Amino acid sequence: MEHRLTFPTTEEAIRELCAGDSVLVDGHIVGIRDRTQIRIFDQGVEPPMDLRGAFLLHTAPNVRKVGEGRYEKLCIGTTTSARMVRFTEPLGRDYGVRAICGKGGLPDEAIVPMRRYGMVYFAIVGGAAALETTQIEEIEEVFWEELMPECLWKFRVKDFGPLTVAIDSHGSSLYHDVQESARKKLEALYERL
Amino acid sequence: MKTDVETVSSLQDAVLQAAAHLYVWALKDIPQDLRDALADAAERETSVPGQRVLQTILRNVQVAEEERNLVCQDTGIAVYYCRVGEHFPLHPARIYQALYDGTERATVEHPLRSNTVHTLTRENTGQNVGYRVPIVHWDFVPGWDGLDVKCVPKGSGSESMSFLKMCTPADGVAGIKRFVLDSIVGAGGKPCPPGIVGVGIGGSADYAMHLAKEAIARPVATRNPDPLVAQLEEELTGLLNETGIGPMGLGGDVTVLHCHVEHADTHMTLNPVAVNYQCWAARRATAHVSPDGSVDYDREA
Repeated sequence: MEHRLTFPTTEEAIRELCAGDSVLVDGHIVGIRDRTQIRIFDQGVEPPMDLRGAFLLHTAPNVRKVGEGRYEKLCIGTTTSARMVRFTEPLGRDYGVRAICGKGGLPDEAIVPMRRYGMVYFAIVGGAAALETTQIEEIEEVFWEELMPECLWKFRVKDFGPLTVAIDSHGSSLYHDVQESARKKLEALYERL
Repeated sequence: MKTDVETVSSLQDAVLQAAAHLYVWALKDIPQDLRDALADAAERETSVPGQRVLQTILRNVQVAEEERNLVCQDTGIAVYYCRVGEHFPLHPARIYQALYDGTERATVEHPLRSNTVHTLTRENTGQNVGYRVPIVHWDFVPGWDGLDVKCVPKGSGSESMSFLKMCTPADGVAGIKRFVLDSIVGAGGKPCPPGIVGVGIGGSADYAMHLAKEAIARPVATRNPDPLVAQLEEELTGLLNETGIGPMGLGGDVTVLHCHVEHADTHMTLNPVAVNYQCWAARRATAHVSPDGSVDYDREA
């Protein structure tokens, strides 16, 4: 199924999505990465931004500074999500985040929090940054500039995607299914080596 | 007439400029052999998410060209392969300095995101250069007066999916194949498939990994000149595509574009196998530098 969603959004809208669906996103999304989340969760610093209903993008963008706290996009792409899986539960439970978007997927430990709190994982195409950059209209706000480029970024986007719902809020994960099926195929492949 | 000092300085400057150009060029304009392999993958893929991924990849390559932007935001760690002719009039110590300065210049002038950090403090060390960065591999060619420089900016998503196993002789070739299969299934969508799987076999532990990295730097779908090794490449490419991992690990027919294997002879009791992954945006660019400082850029090498 194909969907179009504007962020921030509601739990109800997220519960409509099923693993395998295609989604185009408009509105505001938040750029976040390893050091940003280490600061929030390991160092206990409250994020200076409301994350309720938010769409988080795993990114560390290439930007050009054009003024005090103002940046122009150069090339914005997406990083590997798996490193940041342990933040999934507190993002949903404590901050009401609705979507995490990155590349390469999240391990199975993300499935339960996503079902419990009504969240999804969107798979973007890793490396497709030139296209992604054209879908980001503007960098509206930047916090924690000292973590450059792993700051907290607020982007305005249009037609962002197509994204694939890879983990939904009903307990399905494409990554889990693909791994399970690949493990079975491996048993047969070993016989032919 | 130029003095020797002037010759050295102008040649060092030519290599510096070539390095700066190669780094940015590799990031923006992926080679034709890779474009062909990606288009071919899109023809073959039957899964819906897999097809969505491949169409996005092809669109992205096109947009990068139109917008003159980077294909991928990860400007990588700068890796260079140098083939230095015996009679090339610039010493490798100065070639290294030129590659270092060229990487720094490209990063400042473009500007490019700087990824290089101190391994323990994680503090950024500057403009994509640092202690022992860029990483440069050397090969020396007798009876030649030229220099070839190949730049391979290596992204972290794929480099993180590197694996080494010291198999035993009793594990045999089957053990090598099994380790490659297990590694790529375990990597799933993380290294941005479908890419090039580089496999290094033989030598020692460190050399096997070096060979695996050399394998990913080859033009895609080239075959090892040794027929036995080429046969292993064919077989592994087929087996890996039967795992169903698919584009970006979302499931599908195309898990790898090709598997490249490089080998070295080894100790009678060793059977090392190393896997180094290269993402679908397998960036590389080459310059041929003549002793007079003229430079030819090469898309095919």
